[in-house]
Amino acid sequence: MAITLTHYLVLASVLFVIGLIGVMRRKNLLMLFFATEILLNATNIAFAAISHYIGDLSGQMFAFFIIAIAASEVAIGLGLLIVWYKRTGKIDLDQMNSMRG
Amino acid sequence: MFEAIAFYLFAALTIVMFTITVMTSQALYALTAMAAGMIFISAFFFLLGADFLGVIQIIVYTGAVMALYAFGMMFFDTTRNVVEKGTNPQIVFVLGVLAAVMVVTIFVAPIVSNNIQALYPIQENIGNSQAVGMVLFTKYLVPFELAAVMLLVAMIGGIVLAGKKMDKSLTLMKEEEIGGLDEGFEPEAGGH
Amino acid sequence: MELYLYIALFAPLVGSLYSSLFARSPKSQQVGIIASGLLFTSFVSSTILLTYVMGGHTVHTEMMTWIATGDLYIPFGFVVDQVSVVMMMVVTIVSTVVHVYSIGYMDHDKGFNRFFAWLSAFVFSMMVLVMSDNFAGLFIGWEGVGLCSWGLIGFWYHKESATWAANEAFIMNRIADLGMLIGIFLVYWNVGSLQYDVVFSEIGNLQPVIITWIGIFLFIGAMGKSAQFPLHTWLADAMEGPTPVSALIHAATMVTAGVYLVVRANPIYDLIPNVGIFIASLGAFVALFAASMALVNRDMKRIIAYSTLSQLGYMFVAAGLGAYWVALFHLMAHAFFKALLFLGAGNVMHAMHDELDPFKMGGLRKVMKGTFVMMTLASVALAGIYPFAGFFSKDLILEVGFVEHHYVIYTVLLLTAGLTAFYSFRLVALIFHGEERYKLFGIHPHEAYKFMLVAMSPLLVLAIIAGSFKMTYFQLVMNLLPATQYHVHDHTTFWIMTIGTQLFVIAAILFAYKKYSNWSSVPDGSSAMEKSFFYKLLWNQYYIPKMYEEIFAKPYAELSRIAWKQIDLKIVDATVDAIANGIYKTGENTRDIQNGNLSTMLRWMVVGLVVLSILAVAFTVGYNVVGA
Repeated sequence: MAITLTHYLVLASVLFVIGLIGVMRRKNLLMLFFATEILLNATNIAFAAISHYIGDLSGQMFAFFIIAIAASEVAIGLGLLIVWYKRTGKIDLDQMNSMRG
Repeated sequence: MFEAIAFYLFAALTIVMFTITVMTSQALYALTAMAAGMIFISAFFFLLGADFLGVIQIIVYTGAVMALYAFGMMFFDTTRNVVEKGTNPQIVFVLGVLAAVMVVTIFVAPIVSNNIQALYPIQENIGNSQAVGMVLFTKYLVPFELAAVMLLVAMIGGIVLAGKKMDKSLTLMKEEEIGGLDEGFEPEAGGH
Repeated sequence: MELYLYIALFAPLVGSLYSSLFARSPKSQQVGIIASGLLFTSFVSSTILLTYVMGGHTVHTEMMTWIATGDLYIPFGFVVDQVSVVMMMVVTIVSTVVHVYSIGYMDHDKGFNRFFAWLSAFVFSMMVLVMSDNFAGLFIGWEGVGLCSWGLIGFWYHKESATWAANEAFIMNRIADLGMLIGIFLVYWNVGSLQYDVVFSEIGNLQPVIITWIGIFLFIGAMGKSAQFPLHTWLADAMEGPTPVSALIHAATMVTAGVYLVVRANPIYDLIPNVGIFIASLGAFVALFAASMALVNRDMKRIIAYSTLSQLGYMFVAAGLGAYWVALFHLMAHAFFKALLFLGAGNVMHAMHDELDPFKMGGLRKVMKGTFVMMTLASVALAGIYPFAGFFSKDLILEVGFVEHHYVIYTVLLLTAGLTAFYSFRLVALIFHGEERYKLFGIHPHEAYKFMLVAMSPLLVLAIIAGSFKMTYFQLVMNLLPATQYHVHDHTTFWIMTIGTQLFVIAAILFAYKKYSNWSSVPDGSSAMEKSFFYKLLWNQYYIPKMYEEIFAKPYAELSRIAWKQIDLKIVDATVDAIANGIYKTGENTRDIQNGNLSTMLRWMVVGLVVLSILAVAFTVGYNVVGA
């Protein structure tokens, strides 16, 4: 039973949806960041798999850049998080409602 | 056969780890499960012959990102349960299932593979790292440099944002002065 | 010569702009003097042009292009020919006199400077009207004089009646202007040009029906400006304005613009004698109609206004019967003696502290000798006694009617001549003769400033001698207008007619004197005459203003109220409000989406993702199904 591209794509989809669920149900900002990492990794799997099965390095390149972006995001995101925590003492999403219309 | 076993094993492990990450109420559990999941994902990269990517995955995610998160969590109170109120599980469930169904449907649908041509085909006679290097430093040089600048900016940004009071050395200050620094904002967590 | 043309045209404009600089500042004498001086300059230039034109030349100049799109080409062109130079002379003479007179008349008025700005602007518009070489320029001047007339009738805008009269005049003129505009459009549509020379040389090639329509529509415009029935009511109400305005605009110049239009467009009206007959009949009717209303009126200025209306009727009779030069001649003569009459009335008004009822005056001859002489002579001229101006111009119109075999018109005009003499001298007798009834009202009359009387004297001279210019004038205009001499060939008939008319008029004058020169009491509506049906009919101006009120004004007001209450409030406003409310409520209800909660936003984002992916799948499936 050979593992095909479809297997990988389904796996990536499942992981992606797990990430989505995390995005939806997490209220703690730190946990929300974890969920976004899951989303990024799910796409990475899909990219790598497609790269492999099509025989094209572009997919790996994209995965590579996604990793770079994820790293930057974590650095900036955590910095902002710390600033916010220092200012309010909370990292709860429900209390960040200064944009209320 | 070996490939199949490995795929299913790691798939199951990854899904379990990420589910824990998403569902647990303990921040430390989530962090640990996530780190484990990242390492399991690198296994897929090795399986797919993307050795370089797998190594990068381990180094960057498990080494750098997770360490960053670990440091970041030191600022917050991680011992308590993460309380998330007001979430409606039904909506989350329904949306999650729907999204899953749709994404899977899209991916499972037959791809018109004839139309896809490899722009940078994988050459058989050289190793993955070498191939990646050749493509990265020729066709993707400009994005690569941009990514480098972006990382630099992110680093500086992270330092500036997180280290607002770095001009004051905590080691050289007296106890009272350090206490005075925190005046005006009292973290909910309270005790250090 | 073009230089003089431009001086004559633009000097009044300069005067107007200069005066308007001071419009908001307190009265300063120099404004009036400078405006009058510029008007005099214009008069001198016009005189130079007159001598030039009398030498057999004309001046035609194109100042600049005004409208040039596609086939439409309308320049700012001006022409000084035999007809327009006569009008220019009339306008500049009367307006110069009126300007100088106004310096005295408006002496105590707060709006002194503003008055001169409007008055000079009026003269400029009038000059554009008469000098333009095309219908478009004529229309601009036409509208300009309408605007200035509005501003001057409503000059004392704090008075409700003045603003009402101003608006009435303006609106009535707009109604007529629509007709005129249609006429101009028809001309352009069928001829392809608005230049007089082009239009008049090609008008003969058109179908008679179209020419008839053009003539009718242009005449509707003339009817409004010259206050012919049924658009006549505004002229009497226009007497709300200052008296010099009445003299200049509502007697001498603007109201004669309609006559000028018909005279100017004589090649058109020559081709449609039926319309001409209609114009003449209407003119004769208005002459009698207006004169009858003047018989009983007790407002000095309104009496003169009705007299103007009546004389305009005479002019239209002449123009309608093809005697264009006679119409223009009467226009000129009438301008002089009617302006004089009005200015005299202004003096009386000043003396009587704005009292207008001649029954409250009487015996003013003793205190106002100059005015008395002038008004009497002007009335004599108006009545048409030999050798005054009115005799030559008005009797000529009677002769035209007779020679052209329109005996009904002739009879009507003859009767009107008698009425004219009667009401003119009724007025003179009531104002200047008899007992000094004004003493009952505690008024101490005084003569006007001397320079005002001096300013009026040129008009007096012209009112007396204008008739002697007849042959010179005829030689001049016959270059442009049909040169038909109207002579009753049978000498016996001629002398019977002339002497008979004179005797009839003199009899009417004597009757007026006999009846009114010894009047002693102010009528209070109790006498038998005042209770008679005819008196009431005439007193109420044939109930026409009331009829207009009932037929047009009230239903229109009612319609407006319905449009406001039913349509505007309940449909238009309601629709707008409903839209606004809908948007407002949508905003109120959907503002919860913007609750600032990032978690909710993230959830919406996922919803969006799901919806988009569903759509993608659905379309792909649908495409494949249809494609297969």
